[in-house]
Amino acid sequence: MASAIATDYTNEVKVSPEVASFSPEVLAEINAHVAKYPPDRKRSALIPLLLLVIHREHGYVDNAGVNCLAQKLEIQVQDVWETATFYSMINMHPVGKYHIQVCKTLSCRVRGEEEITEHICNRLGIHAGETTPDGKFTVSRVECLGSCGTAPMMQIGFDYHEDLTTEKVNKILDSLK
Amino acid sequence: MEIKAIGCEPLQLKRVHLENSHTLKVYQDNGGYTSLKKALDMSPDDIINEVKTSALRGRGGAGFPTGMKWGFVPRNSPKQKYIVCNADESEPGTFKDRYLLELDPHALIEGMLIAAFALGSQTCYIYYRGEYNYLIDIMDEAIEEARKANLVGKNILGSDFSCEVYTHTGAGAYICGEETALLSSLEGFRGHPRMKPPFPAVEGLYASPTVVNNVETLTAVPQIIEMGGEAWRNLGTEKSGGTKLWSVSGHVKRPGVYELPMGYDDMEKFILEDCGGMMRDDKKLKGVIPGGSSVYIMRGDDVIGKDVRMDYEGLVAAGSLVGSGGFIVIDETVDIVDSTKNLTEFYKHESCGWCTPCREGTDWLVKIFDRIATGGGRPEDAQLILDLVDNIEGKSFCALGDAAAWAIQGAVKRFPEDFKPYLLGEKTTSPEPKARKF
Ligand SMILES: Cc1cc2nc3c(=O)[nH]c(=O)nc-3n(C[C@H](O)[C@H](O)[C@H](O)COP(=O)(O)O)c2cc1C
Ligand code: SF4
Ligand code: FES
Repeated sequence: MASAIATDYTNEVKVSPEVASFSPEVLAEINAHVAKYPPDRKRSALIPLLLLVIHREHGYVDNAGVNCLAQKLEIQVQDVWETATFYSMINMHPVGKYHIQVCKTLSCRVRGEEEITEHICNRLGIHAGETTPDGKFTVSRVECLGSCGTAPMMQIGFDYHEDLTTEKVNKILDSLK
Repeated sequence: MEIKAIGCEPLQLKRVHLENSHTLKVYQDNGGYTSLKKALDMSPDDIINEVKTSALRGRGGAGFPTGMKWGFVPRNSPKQKYIVCNADESEPGTFKDRYLLELDPHALIEGMLIAAFALGSQTCYIYYRGEYNYLIDIMDEAIEEARKANLVGKNILGSDFSCEVYTHTGAGAYICGEETALLSSLEGFRGHPRMKPPFPAVEGLYASPTVVNNVETLTAVPQIIEMGGEAWRNLGTEKSGGTKLWSVSGHVKRPGVYELPMGYDDMEKFILEDCGGMMRDDKKLKGVIPGGSSVYIMRGDDVIGKDVRMDYEGLVAAGSLVGSGGFIVIDETVDIVDSTKNLTEFYKHESCGWCTPCREGTDWLVKIFDRIATGGGRPEDAQLILDLVDNIEGKSFCALGDAAAWAIQGAVKRFPEDFKPYLLGEKTTSPEPKARKF
């Protein structure tokens, strides 16, 4: 039996050789990021490129994007994965069109974060950490976002929404098409 | 939210209320970039001496004297030198840098340029936390404006001094505020801290001499050059000069960013009057964490009637630390077991995993607090927690481990009455919202 298990174990890693082909504008943007650093230190541009360019173009970090960055920055593919997997804002899986991140840290918590999270989750019919079936919203609970003076708060994409009340949350969610 | 100075003329907050305060025109109309002009006529040693005289201490959390840090940079080294601004601001309860970056970006550019000139650097990077993306757009615009006015780039203001300023983004990791982890991240690696020594001043970014300073530290530099180190120091105390920004959040009527002279002598008045008092009039002050989440929590009775002085020495005497100056004020409705559990989750999430005491220790803290909070408390748990944090504190690779230890130690030692019913199995926290699931 043991050998059957071993041969059935076909969970091989599939690395697609595909490389993202970006428009000339996006390539120029990539070059502008790379130009900020010394020519032999191109790797410095990696995190900004993952977060700003690959996310925007592909929604999350995929093989094609990783291969492209490895080429542009003259590093190994696994170097890109190594760095990408460390950072909580770098999505390794697709997220909804609107990524709602509610701050759950102390200053927000003592000013009503739980009520806000619960309200959002009830409205969307999902738990934190999940995406709505239509792929429109993902809800996460995250750590302090530097907005503690205007707690409770959430960030959707890169936009801050502060001093939240359930009515305010309703208005914001209604405005997202 | 309030943004205002109390007990002093606004210095850091001098321009923030002006319309279009982020533009070059408003900055220059209000004295901006005159300090840079003045500095370019000074010798680098004189600039560093002014900063030393000013008794400016780093505003990022550790409070290290800035002039001394600058003095460690080997200026004769043939290597490139770098100025790196720490705009990672991820300490819970801290949000002062955000408003400086949004409302007064040119002050930071000017501060960095003066530092670069004094230390012989031609390249400055500003490392933003990833969530502060909108601030990068504001800064990029400010840098372009400054470049057009010959304030950034080649031969600044017709001098021999050339310097570039670049923005850089992180992507969500509290540990990247720690200066050596920040440098790893800026080089495109995972945000793991590095061994010190060598200190960044000797071997920092790309193994070159590097000064890492907080936003508020650097925006103080033009003020020091403008009014002279001694005059600036006299605004504060002998050992910590100038004014300082405090972020205030939690249960006060007017949360906000407040500029106070260093050594402001009444913490009780600050919370109960200057910040509008308690959010709910009938609820008493239970505690305050004065330096961002990473310092000892103070009990309300250690603040009220105690004349706590707000500077480095004053807060140590009162049993806590200045840290990042982020006041988290909590009233009597808050259960300290619940609030401390919240912080254990923060440190567990943000531990970078590099060293065992912090990686495993913070994980165990969360497990123990979860057990206590759900009815599984045992009388010996208080000691168990203290033993556990004792094995983190001073035994971790970087200060994040210490920070976690202090936050939890303070709560367990100072609020035994809150822990007791849990440890006797008589109480549980309210069930977590169903949304708790990650
Ligand atoms: C876990 C940890 C997080 C930190 N986060 C920040 C931060 O967000 N911003 C900051 O300026 N300093 C932060 N620091 C302090 C920095 O390591 C460093 O002391 C500071 O940037 C130096 O600048 P200063 O001398 O101007 O304060 C942090 C330190 C630790 C240990
Ligand atoms: S103390 Fe924590 S954050 Fe610091 S190196 Fe160790 S695991 Fe990483
Ligand atoms: S605690 Fe929520 S933004 Fe800081």
